[in-house]
Amino acid sequence: MSSVDATRVMPPQEVAPQRKKATLEQQQRRWGWIFLSPWIIGFVVFTAAPIIASLIFTFTDFNLGQSEINFVGLKNWERLLNDPLALTALGVTLKFALIAVPVGILVPLGMAALLNSKALAGKPLWRTLFYLPYMVPAVSAIFVWQSFLNGQTGWLNRILRGLGIADPPNWFQDETWILQAFILIGVWGVGNAMLTMLATMQGVPTELYEAADVDGASGFTKFLRITLPLISPVIFYNLVLSVIGLMQYFEIPYIATRGTGHPGTSAYFFNMHLYKEAFTFFDMGYGATLAWLIFIIALLLTVILFVTSRRWVYYTSGD
Amino acid sequence: MATATYSKAVNTSPFYSLQLRRFAVVSLVTLLALTITVFYLMPFGNMTLLAIKSRDQIAAGVDGSILPLEPQLFNYEGEDYPVYTVPFEDGTVRELALVRKGRQTSQFVDPANPAAGLVEWAGNWRGLTAVSTIQPHFENFSEAWDIINFPRLFGNTLGIALIGMAGTLLSSICVAYAFARFPIPGKNILFLILIGTIILPRQVTLIPTYAFFATIGWTGSWLPLVVPHFFANAYNVFLLRQFFMTLPRELDEAAMIDGATPFEVLYRVIIPQSWPAIISVSLFHFIFAWNDFFGPLIYLLGKPELQPISVGVQTFNFQYGQRPELVQATSLMAMVLPLVIFFLAQRVFMRGVVITGVEK
Repeated sequence: MSSVDATRVMPPQEVAPQRKKATLEQQQRRWGWIFLSPWIIGFVVFTAAPIIASLIFTFTDFNLGQSEINFVGLKNWERLLNDPLALTALGVTLKFALIAVPVGILVPLGMAALLNSKALAGKPLWRTLFYLPYMVPAVSAIFVWQSFLNGQTGWLNRILRGLGIADPPNWFQDETWILQAFILIGVWGVGNAMLTMLATMQGVPTELYEAADVDGASGFTKFLRITLPLISPVIFYNLVLSVIGLMQYFEIPYIATRGTGHPGTSAYFFNMHLYKEAFTFFDMGYGATLAWLIFIIALLLTVILFVTSRRWVYYTSGD
Repeated sequence: MATATYSKAVNTSPFYSLQLRRFAVVSLVTLLALTITVFYLMPFGNMTLLAIKSRDQIAAGVDGSILPLEPQLFNYEGEDYPVYTVPFEDGTVRELALVRKGRQTSQFVDPANPAAGLVEWAGNWRGLTAVSTIQPHFENFSEAWDIINFPRLFGNTLGIALIGMAGTLLSSICVAYAFARFPIPGKNILFLILIGTIILPRQVTLIPTYAFFATIGWTGSWLPLVVPHFFANAYNVFLLRQFFMTLPRELDEAAMIDGATPFEVLYRVIIPQSWPAIISVSLFHFIFAWNDFFGPLIYLLGKPELQPISVGVQTFNFQYGQRPELVQATSLMAMVLPLVIFFLAQRVFMRGVVITGVEK
């Protein structure tokens, strides 16, 4: 309406080019939507609709083995609260995340700091070698680590015994050590985090370090006061990815324990429970409930990270 | 303190002592990197040496060497005899093959000079040390290759990876082009939603997606593993968009004035300038498809003839857990190609990681 009014008020000679311009703009927009359409369709079909559908599933007894679907209200949620295995599995997942997240940030940070050191000779070689294990498929990595951490013949325990530790841990067979074994496998895959941190460190303006040198700051102070604040956005980014990744943690414990989570329930992660309910018993209603629980937890953790990030993440652009 | 006195005694030039200190620091830091690398890469060594051991060598367990050692044998008149280190009374020590065992005396033959005949030695042969030799069993790889049907797994993986790669390239290039060049209302919000999907836990979409594919009968085929890639993905769109934004708009506009449609601009102007980004997206997808385990696990359950290498290796290793040498051999076979690709294309690869990881 308003555009029609506008053309009426405008002098006639200016109407024609205005209209032509508008159609060109419209044409460009149309092309834009055409090129965007694969993602729009994919987002609706494979992201938005499934999120809503899975929420609806949580109120049904949908089972792929049965043809009938009934609404059961909050029964799945009640079942979840009374499912000791689900709560144990959630506990294992959160306990593991509590160690894995700091390790997953500090180890690549240390490696990046080392690679960024002026005193390191042969940087490209070390960078490649530090990144290398990230490329190993998870399936291979697990079997490789199972033999490396074999209680008897594994090289690590041979070394530990050589160092005088008479009774080194029996990693994958021991309730108290299996999660540490997964942490070690995780340390093998920090290549991406390391690389993003390194690239950001290399982007820190050298004037800042030079100014600190004038003030007589030590290397450690410079790292703490200049490097860390300036790379905090990338640390934050990796922190978010790591938390989300750990809420999806599945392959390594699934393959390493053959889906059992043994010994005991020490390696029974939440997603192994989800996998069992949804893809062994085909109980899609309960599976969706489990999925929504972990989704809510992941969302909460992400929100907490974003809220606290205002206090410690430093953005050079200001505000 | 130590360096200070040293430099005073040897050289009065402060420049020289600075050089020396710098050299010491470089050596120390580099040594640290070397130590980390050795520990970091040790599992590869464990894997490789285990993969070439024989079953007897593995049976030796913790008493056995980490090397693929076997007792050295010597063939004398058609029979194999073990070689021992034999000390003689005159103080010489010789490596001889034990032909006839006896409690008080045994007879040996010298592998270096079998024509000399048997040598009599007084003493109990049980007290002697056997001579070992490194004997790698590369045939473990061919055995694993055959049992696991590696060519089939490789073909399946390649098929899934290449179809998905075509899909993600076609769709992500178009979507990135839309975000980089067209005036779409609400573009920034849409882009934020796209990036937001990176931190969406996949479980929340998993079950309805699976139920959907099961209902339309796609489970048990490659379709659920390749079709979703024809609808773009956040990482790839982001990487390509960043690259497209660096390309000068003048070339697009010139082509437009010449009457090119936006499709022709994309095909003739944008894509030919964007090979580095396109190659890194292709590599990322290939590595993703090669390593993907969960998708094939649920969608190709009970269809070994369609499964890719990740699931194939896992299934095999569950069955052959008693043959650690074959487990390690297959694990090694499954990682060779990703590692080779990485070594050949590491610069493109690492730049891609940095673009998607740092610039957001």
